[in-house]
Amino acid sequence: MMRNRMALVALQILVAVVLIGIWHFGSTIKLDWPAISPKPFYPLDPFFFSTPLAVFQRTFNDFYTGVIWYHLGITLLETMLAFVIGAAGGVLIGFWFARKALLAAVFDPYVKMANALPRVVLAPIFALWLGLGIWSKVALGVTLVFFIVFFNVYQGVKEVSPTLLANARMLGMNERQLMRNVFWPSALSWMFSSLHTAVGFALVGAVVGEYLGSAAGLGYRIHQAEGVFDVTGVFSGMLVLAIFVIIIDTVVSAIENRLMVWRPAPASAQG
Amino acid sequence: MSRPLSVVQGGRETATRAVSLAGVRIAFPGTGRADAPFVAVDGVDLDVADGEFVAIVGPTGCGKSTLLNATAGLLVPAAGSVSIFGAPLAGLNRQAGYLFQAEALFPWKTALDNVAIGLDVAGTPHEEARARAREWLSRVGLAAFADRYPHMLSGGQRKRVGLAQVLIRDPKILLMDEPFGPLDAQTRQIMGALLLDLWSHDRKAVMFVTHDLEEAIALADRVVIMGAGPASRIIGEWRVPIARPRDMDVRLDAAFHQLHREIWSALKDEVVKGYQQSESVG
Repeated sequence: MMRNRMALVALQILVAVVLIGIWHFGSTIKLDWPAISPKPFYPLDPFFFSTPLAVFQRTFNDFYTGVIWYHLGITLLETMLAFVIGAAGGVLIGFWFARKALLAAVFDPYVKMANALPRVVLAPIFALWLGLGIWSKVALGVTLVFFIVFFNVYQGVKEVSPTLLANARMLGMNERQLMRNVFWPSALSWMFSSLHTAVGFALVGAVVGEYLGSAAGLGYRIHQAEGVFDVTGVFSGMLVLAIFVIIIDTVVSAIENRLMVWRPAPASAQG
Repeated sequence: MSRPLSVVQGGRETATRAVSLAGVRIAFPGTGRADAPFVAVDGVDLDVADGEFVAIVGPTGCGKSTLLNATAGLLVPAAGSVSIFGAPLAGLNRQAGYLFQAEALFPWKTALDNVAIGLDVAGTPHEEARARAREWLSRVGLAAFADRYPHMLSGGQRKRVGLAQVLIRDPKILLMDEPFGPLDAQTRQIMGALLLDLWSHDRKAVMFVTHDLEEAIALADRVVIMGAGPASRIIGEWRVPIARPRDMDVRLDAAFHQLHREIWSALKDEVVKGYQQSESVG
């Protein structure tokens, strides 16, 4: 098992080494192939592709001088706000709709309509309404997170096992106790099952919002760099974003493992 | 053959009736607009004395579970009456504990919390409820599994937790709907022995639904046979003249075989009928 794991990690690192190697040599070694071009050329022109070294250097510098922390902080704050507000709304409304069939039936077409709308088109509206500060980004993230959590919780509460419900009643639970002991844990478990997706979408909302109009955040940094054809800056921004996502995902997994001990582990994670 | 084949009048017959079903008819709305309602059971009269263990046996789809649900108050009969200790049943049957056929444990609670939940909702202090739940877990042989979640337990262990969960509330009536159905044959026998052992301490009235005639005879004081549905009725009942306490060897007893043969000859036709009906519908 241990050896398998080591081998896997080794292979994963190998993939990175090969890709970065191709990028590095492609953007630093000139080829002289008259058949393709009369002048010597870079297979990956550094103007369009930058070089891995430059990207790492820029990223390191950003962290070293500390300019990136402020932008990371802004994006993190927007992501968290979007997630918390969207998830809270999704749980509450999902729960409410699941318990009131008429309400759910009345709002059904509107919910579907709102969910089908590509959220990016809302960004300018939010920017108009809420300005270019963090709240227009939070709003965009909320519209993404809300629906994921809402649908999960709605389904989860509606599909509570009738046997479990009958058992809870026979064990003497009144309506309030049913809420606390059956519906609520069920709703939460469904919310947590969509946690990874929801957090991911919160981040997407934040970054896209920043990209479309803002004065701070990772999306803003990438947009700025792009505006002046600073490809190194764009790649550096993407690298920081990727690291950020991995860290957030690890944290979410840790939270999930703590809260979901009662869940059977997925088959792939066993052994 | 709607008349009981034989009812042996025993001394218990005069005891208090824990459950009394009279002329019970249970119907479900039809599936189509013009469909007549589907009548699951019709004209069922059944008395269960306090302390009596009654097994209800019948072919698949004969409405055995429906009868239990009516007794539990989860279903309201279309006609007839359900009385519990002489009083007509209104709403849920608060005197009954119900062990379901399907999984009914709270997956997000540990075995201990699952057993304690009945006391928790009744307002028993937390620590006292845990102490009593621990006691019950050890009674069903799961003292070492208190902190496990249901998915970490085997099917048999989950049924044990379910049994403790129901019995900790000390219901006067125990309703069991093919509780050991999904278990393998050996585990079923062991669970039956455990059930009898627990029951022998305080002799609750038990309505035990099963499709397994052997299990019914091995456990019950009286075996009630239902006909094939729809609108199934009770087509016969037999007293089980085997002394208690019984152990797992009861199935080797001559009286057991005699009774088994006798009941099976009546049940056989209904089983075939029920099977044909379920085939033609499905």
